Amino acid sequence: MDLKGAEAGHEALGLGDDDLLKIYHHMLLARRVDERMWTLNRQGKAAFVISCQGQEAAQVGVAYNLRPGRDYVYPYYRDSGITMLLGQTARDQFLSLLGKREDPNSGGRQMPGHFSSRELNIVTASAPVGVQYPQATGTALAFKMRGEDGVVLVCGGEASTSGGDWHEAMNFAGIYDLPVVFLIENNVYAISVRSEIQVAGSIAKRAEGYGFPGVEVDGNDVLAVYEAAKEAFERARRGDGPTLIEAKTYRITAHSSDDDDRRYREREEIEEWRRKDPIIRYERYLEENDIVDEEKKEQIAGRIKAEVDEAVEYAERAPYADPEEVLERVYAEG
Amino acid sequence: MATKNLLQAIHDGLVEEMRADDTVMIMGEDVGKAGGVFRVTEGLAAEFGPFRAMDTPLAESLIVGAAIGLSVNGMRPVAEIQFADFIPPAFDQIVNEAARFYYRSNGAWNVPLTIRAPYGAVPGGALYHSQSVEAWFCNTPGLKVVAPTFPVDAKGMLKSAIRDPNPVLFLEHKRTYRLIKEDVPEDDYVVPLGEARVHREGMDLTVVSYGMMLYQVLEVAGRLSKEHGIEVEVVEPRMLYPLDKETILASARKTGKFLVLAEANLTGSVSGEIAAIVAREAFEWLDGPVMRVGAPDVPAAPFAKPMLDFFVPGQEKMEAAMLELARY
Repeated sequence: MDLKGAEAGHEALGLGDDDLLKIYHHMLLARRVDERMWTLNRQGKAAFVISCQGQEAAQVGVAYNLRPGRDYVYPYYRDSGITMLLGQTARDQFLSLLGKREDPNSGGRQMPGHFSSRELNIVTASAPVGVQYPQATGTALAFKMRGEDGVVLVCGGEASTSGGDWHEAMNFAGIYDLPVVFLIENNVYAISVRSEIQVAGSIAKRAEGYGFPGVEVDGNDVLAVYEAAKEAFERARRGDGPTLIEAKTYRITAHSSDDDDRRYREREEIEEWRRKDPIIRYERYLEENDIVDEEKKEQIAGRIKAEVDEAVEYAERAPYADPEEVLERVYAEG
Repeated sequence: MATKNLLQAIHDGLVEEMRADDTVMIMGEDVGKAGGVFRVTEGLAAEFGPFRAMDTPLAESLIVGAAIGLSVNGMRPVAEIQFADFIPPAFDQIVNEAARFYYRSNGAWNVPLTIRAPYGAVPGGALYHSQSVEAWFCNTPGLKVVAPTFPVDAKGMLKSAIRDPNPVLFLEHKRTYRLIKEDVPEDDYVVPLGEARVHREGMDLTVVSYGMMLYQVLEVAGRLSKEHGIEVEVVEPRMLYPLDKETILASARKTGKFLVLAEANLTGSVSGEIAAIVAREAFEWLDGPVMRVGAPDVPAAPFAKPMLDFFVPGQEKMEAAMLELARY
């Protein structure tokens, strides 16, 4: 792969030490929360896990451009790196994992990974792949009609570009120059199906046909992703229209806790990608630029571990919703 | 008050809501410059501009999906599906998305969206401009499905649908667009969603019907009164899902004889649901079998007139069923 990495370095991108550390914290937090979910699954405490592992740079790098509660986000089911950067907590993730009443996404109604927050403008997500794209264009159209500078980020994997909804949305966004950023996290696999037999040609290049820019970026290089997204968000805010970002990355875990990926991929392939782990790569950058050293890394890791421990404990103790609540909130009143 | 047909009444309801509320808009195929293939949206693009009366690309999933996205960002869109027969590409967006946003987000995200769709058999319409699709949607909690027949109801219910915080599928029988006329108030009024309407009182039997069939049922009922002295009570659900069970059951209990007459084919239909409710909850009051008349279980209305006339239940068939039940 010949991919554009971050050439400029963080200073040229306008990122200070605090920004770099915040990005690092959130990438690592997303990973550690995810790993703990698998542990809880193996312990028989969590029925279902779906992972962000390997995609943290693509998620956090793009989402660092969002203004929480002002811009809108349509995440897909792996985007815990995005929702936690916006303001969801580790607690929220475990409350959702265990289906507890306080689960902010759905009060225990949906599987984990189906994010929602009215306060953070995270629009409720579902399981059918690709339905979010037309919705995102409508939300962007509302911003445009009111002359506001809001931007809509909509995310999906590479397989979500195979269905009609993605193309219908790309076309509509192109016609009306809508302020929407399409993020495709190309992680090579749609459950078991590799991208070679999922995607014809290049996803990024399809944008040209719809009349707006498409960029391919190394999805494991958080600063490169941030740079591409920064340009896309600025373009959208200026009223110049949409951008498609294809972040090339890799799904480190099986599709979900119900999937056995030994049926369709070699362990060596995963090991090779583990060496390109976006978190390790970013740590190296931070070390080379004297942003972190061993002591600082330990301090951050310790803080995250404590946060995760506390979150799991809280979520395990938290109550379920009353069974009768299944009958409530079918229709909105008023 | 002026006499208006169904088309004009729907047009008026839409225009009044758009004038009163800047967030109301209409989007769909040919709804802008052309004013819609049935002229429901005539003049709207000139008055409200190309965004609030938007010609969309020819993509039904996009039309409804984008409307959902507008509705969660401060707008109250009305999405038009040019013919109900073309609604299947939008099925996922309506059933899995719009109808489930509120429930799946535990009440955080509601979808104030109206989807207008002309339905029903019309001469020359054939398979793909004729279907009665209501049953597909009347199994979907979270969605409201309305099908008003008369202009006064249609205008008032469209206003209610637009103001409703939930997704509403608003079905318009296109055969009745220019056929049914009545005096329609020009002031701002609403007809609430969810209340059935008793068009005609009677003691001998109850007929529940809607759309083009209802229009004809009322004619047949008048004839039965004059020629046979049989008094038919005619009830229109107006909202097909959720149903106003009380009004329907009250009539069934009053007459003891119950017939559902709708244009859709019978298997898995709304008629079946209404019949099941009456069979269970009015059982003790019934003096005859719960009956249904509808189209045969074939894919849809044919193009050639003799076949179309055979497909759609006509007045003779209606009268025969009503007489059979009255004399049971």
